[in-house]
Amino acid sequence: MSVPVLDVQGLAYAYPDGHQALFGVDLHVHAGERVALLGPNGAGKTTLVLHLNGILVAGQGSVSVSGLPVEKKHLAEIRRRVGIVFQDPDDQLFMGTVRADVGFGPANLGLSGAALDARVMDALDKVGMTEFADRPPHHLSFGQRRRVAVATVLAMEPEILVLDEPSSNLDPASRRELADILRSLDVTVLMVTHDLPYALELCPRSVVLSDGHVVADGATYDVLTDDALMRANRLELPFGFDPRTIDAGLLPVATRGRGSDTLPG
Amino acid sequence: MHVPDGFLDAPTSVATGAVAVVAVGVSLRKAREELDDRTAPLAGLVAAFIFATQMLNFPVAGGTSGHLMGGAIAAVLVGPWTGVLATSVVFLVQCLLFADGGITALGTNIVLMGVTTVVVGWFVFRGVQAVLPRTTAMVPVAAGIGAFVSVPVAALLFVGLYAVGGAADIPLGQLTGAMVGVHVLIGLGEGVITFLAVGSIIAVRPDLVHGARSVLKTRTLEVRTAGAAA
Amino acid sequence: MGGAHGHQLHFHGHSPVHRAPAHLKIVALVVFMLVVVATPRGWWPAYAAYLAVLLAVVATSRVPPTYLLKRMVVEVPFVFFALLLPFVATGPETEFLGLTVSESGLHAGAKLLVTATLGVIASLTLAATTEPQALLRGLTRLRMPALLVQIMGFMVRYLEVVTDELRRMKVARESRGFSARDPRHWPVLARSFGALFIRSFERGERVHLAMLSRGYTGKMPS
Repeated sequence: MSVPVLDVQGLAYAYPDGHQALFGVDLHVHAGERVALLGPNGAGKTTLVLHLNGILVAGQGSVSVSGLPVEKKHLAEIRRRVGIVFQDPDDQLFMGTVRADVGFGPANLGLSGAALDARVMDALDKVGMTEFADRPPHHLSFGQRRRVAVATVLAMEPEILVLDEPSSNLDPASRRELADILRSLDVTVLMVTHDLPYALELCPRSVVLSDGHVVADGATYDVLTDDALMRANRLELPFGFDPRTIDAGLLPVATRGRGSDTLPG
Repeated sequence: MHVPDGFLDAPTSVATGAVAVVAVGVSLRKAREELDDRTAPLAGLVAAFIFATQMLNFPVAGGTSGHLMGGAIAAVLVGPWTGVLATSVVFLVQCLLFADGGITALGTNIVLMGVTTVVVGWFVFRGVQAVLPRTTAMVPVAAGIGAFVSVPVAALLFVGLYAVGGAADIPLGQLTGAMVGVHVLIGLGEGVITFLAVGSIIAVRPDLVHGARSVLKTRTLEVRTAGAAA
Repeated sequence: MGGAHGHQLHFHGHSPVHRAPAHLKIVALVVFMLVVVATPRGWWPAYAAYLAVLLAVVATSRVPPTYLLKRMVVEVPFVFFALLLPFVATGPETEFLGLTVSESGLHAGAKLLVTATLGVIASLTLAATTEPQALLRGLTRLRMPALLVQIMGFMVRYLEVVTDELRRMKVARESRGFSARDPRHWPVLARSFGALFIRSFERGERVHLAMLSRGYTGKMPS
């Protein structure tokens, strides 16, 4: 098999105050996959995400992106390859205008002038926000800000897009619009979420993280219909939602490398 | 209550402007050494925080109210260098974006209400801290005392500047008496609120309080040894 | 276009004053006010000329005078001080409106009143006709240190986010029947300040992470 885009092996991490959050995580994501990372609060999802672009450094084990290990000397390249969209768009949009914000990443990569502008407009076009380029981000609606946040990362042309709770605080229409955008992107996606219907709608494969290690890795449909697994990990489907009643033709199909049902540990 | 244009004469305004430039320049370098590339976002957010606290009035007595100057609390929470930067930027933004405080009085406002309250607040805080027992419980006490002292000192300096560059010959003794008297009261409010606010932060996130670092260090080490043994 | 762009004081428009480069406007404001402050008291024709220039600029900017007038309240405390000066200052005394007042105090009070008013109108005009982003670019052109421009940029960006948080805390307090009336309520206000600081600082850290994630190394791309 090809080199995975994301290769996490035996990752363990303890915070400086002694609290250990990750206990040997294994996770492999291949090019073109869309994977959901599920788990209850406090499972270590955010800690894992912060390792993917080297903001936190592995205590034990390793993380590599397309074969490049996440180490200090590769950080610039790693951060280009891994695009993280944080949960609160206000944290991600820190510049005065949408254009400056989307251009921040590519400009740090050394782009300027027409090339930078083309990259910015291309990214805004992918999320349908070109007409807002010269507006200050804090005057956009929440859903629009979330889309611009995705654009800021797309402008880096990442190999993998990591989204932290992309559907949180969105109204149903914005939630669907974002799903359409994510589906239209030709990029590998790792999506951290509590929104199980969203995971089923967008991600053929799901990984369940609990107490700092992976407890399940398989087809999203199989994970969501495994009642024992769901109960054991405080995962609950919303009232009235039953994956079994959904037409199989509507479920996303894995483009490549469908996950296996391995239970590590 | 920011000093407007014309309160002090031009030479005094230019002189305080020069002092402000030097203070901010030194702080930029020192803050950068301390916070590295976190300086801009952290100082910016702290400035927004100070701006917001200045918007909220606290009731004093008899229907009057005041607001925090915030210099001392900024010094204790983020250290004197970042404190000077954050308060100075607050005055800059208030002057240019909100027309609050005269442009020629910008240096005066930064020196009086930013640099002075931060520096006095910080030194008194450290002085009191050196005398009191070295526990986290004493950090808010020292912060409150620092904040209390910083306000009348700033008022005294204001009188001094007025004596040098003021427009009218007000009897200085009377002015000093009135200013210091009023500002001891305001300082009391600043001190108590700073004490309570720092106390509430220490209770939740002691690691965020710059002035508590020297007290915390020993504790963190203990936790680490325990974690390694487990 | 939406009305809610710009900050509280910005008045959207396309006049020559709006379009003038921000760095020139800042320099003009500083020079104008230095001249006003340095003008000796008693030169009333000069002050009349300053006011005429200023009003001409305001007229050109097409910012409604009422818009500026309402925002001149920041000056109020010093109006009191200016009115008080003739009564507390020393020196030879004179008659004014039937009152015996200090001559130097009368002049100083009048000058302070006029200068402060000119200053507030001039500053308001700058704020009303200049977008914060243009102001930041102007300060950069005037060689303000890049780090200071960055800090100011972050403050401007997060001003509304932080003040909104404070407003939400106030609404939450008042929904539960609390309103601050006397010093007994200080602990509640102080806890709000504490919570606001923690939120602001943590947001600063998250913003920093988001910046690092997009390749920030301490220098802002221009």
